[in-house]
Amino acid sequence: MSRAEIAIVGAAETTRMGKVPELSQTGLHADAALNALSDCGLTPTDIDGIATAGHDVAEIAQYLGITPSWADGTSVGGCSFITHVRHAAAAIQAGLCTTVLITHGESGRSNHRTHRPLFPSMQQQEFENTYGAAFPAMKFTLPVLRKMKDEGLTEEQIAMVAVVQREWAAHHPRATAHDPLTVDNVLSSRMIAYPFRKLMCCLVSDGGGALVLTSADRAKDLPAKPVYLRGMGGESLEGPMISQMESFTSSKAFRMSGKLAFENAGISQADVDHLMIYDAFAHLPIYGLEDLGFVAPGEGGAFIADGHTRPGGTLPLNTNGGGLSYMHSGMYGMYALQESVRQMRGISPAQVPNAKLSMVHGVGGMFSAASTVVLTSASHW
Amino acid sequence: MTDRPLPTIYPETQFYWDGAAEHKLLLNRCVPCNEPFFPPRPFCPGCGSRDVDVIEASGRGRLYSYVISHIPAPGYPAPFVVAVVELAEGPRLVSNILDCPADPDALPLDMSLEVTFEVRGDITVPQFRPAEVSA
Repeated sequence: MSRAEIAIVGAAETTRMGKVPELSQTGLHADAALNALSDCGLTPTDIDGIATAGHDVAEIAQYLGITPSWADGTSVGGCSFITHVRHAAAAIQAGLCTTVLITHGESGRSNHRTHRPLFPSMQQQEFENTYGAAFPAMKFTLPVLRKMKDEGLTEEQIAMVAVVQREWAAHHPRATAHDPLTVDNVLSSRMIAYPFRKLMCCLVSDGGGALVLTSADRAKDLPAKPVYLRGMGGESLEGPMISQMESFTSSKAFRMSGKLAFENAGISQADVDHLMIYDAFAHLPIYGLEDLGFVAPGEGGAFIADGHTRPGGTLPLNTNGGGLSYMHSGMYGMYALQESVRQMRGISPAQVPNAKLSMVHGVGGMFSAASTVVLTSASHW
Repeated sequence: MTDRPLPTIYPETQFYWDGAAEHKLLLNRCVPCNEPFFPPRPFCPGCGSRDVDVIEASGRGRLYSYVISHIPAPGYPAPFVVAVVELAEGPRLVSNILDCPADPDALPLDMSLEVTFEVRGDITVPQFRPAEVSA
């Protein structure tokens, strides 16, 4: 029997999400951090490790009054916070620190920020942005027509990702969008970047979230129900130039990250009760299901369209509504983690009955990075 | 079209843009691997060798994938095409598709393309358009 070594003991989002014009980006980090610390009965002086992305980690430490012995500013895009979880676990195990705070805040809508969460790539600027590929909607989506031609993925299947996730969002009072969607609604929404329409693209929101991690032994002395890390997760990078992806039908970084997470958790796809896959655009859960091995290559679109991931389905996916319906500040990975923690604590408004094992998979940049962790409510397995 | 974005050019990529000014599409090639690669760099991303030369590409390729942006970008009124071209030599790169409507019916995947060149002030940018004769 194995026992958990690392626990998430505090987890919270910002007090308000969506439109939060009264807080700066720094303020969103702090609001989320104080909520997460309150969740586990700690204060900033209890924190000796800190991590964030898209913002100077030193500024967040100073703003909160934290003098850490360990810091991680890994900033590879929206999955960075998932990456931070595994880095923090390694740091705690190595004795570099005992209690880690991971923060995210982003004024994506109100734009009260000086730090922009850009991932500047010299080669991307020189060889891709020169051709007008100025926004994520024009780059993240570039591989999809190839996948449609090679594998038979359809616009209707991509639309169904948004439809199904809206069904989950209807359960969440904090989700931005609740009204039911049909495939026709999605396919008649405004064209953004053919073949992607508005309802296949993420929201633009203000918000933040934070997590507190410590050893499983110490978690017993804290008030909140701990959620344990099973294995050390996985991560990988492919790089920021979308044109240089090895394949347009599958992400190399997704595959490596997922394989590592499964291997070192000692689980198979059939063991996963609940799944979060970062969805900045509606094709990402399709790539994710395939690249994580939940379905065969080319079968992700049909799997979602057939209803397997919807409420009551065999593989509940993106149960907060995802970046398409819950919220998307720009670096959404933190919200995927928050919903996974809620599910493992048994307190999600869209609770999956008896869910004990949750996988969280995120993308960073535009297929540039990936990270994956497995969370569980069980302290032993 | 000089309001379109200009690339920031670095020492390692100057030859690529100098070639474009002469209406040549130049690629780095790893000599030991005998494989051209993109974007330019003075070593092989496959094997790490610094034994790299420059070849002139045929300028032929196929439409590998694309989107039609309905959001304008600086220098690009909507709609416009952002495409990935797979060169006959293997590497892929981003291009617009010139001399072609921004319409899915005019843009079947795998259609044959040929290089052309667009002048933006002092810089010439490689571009692609439908090939006059199918490959």
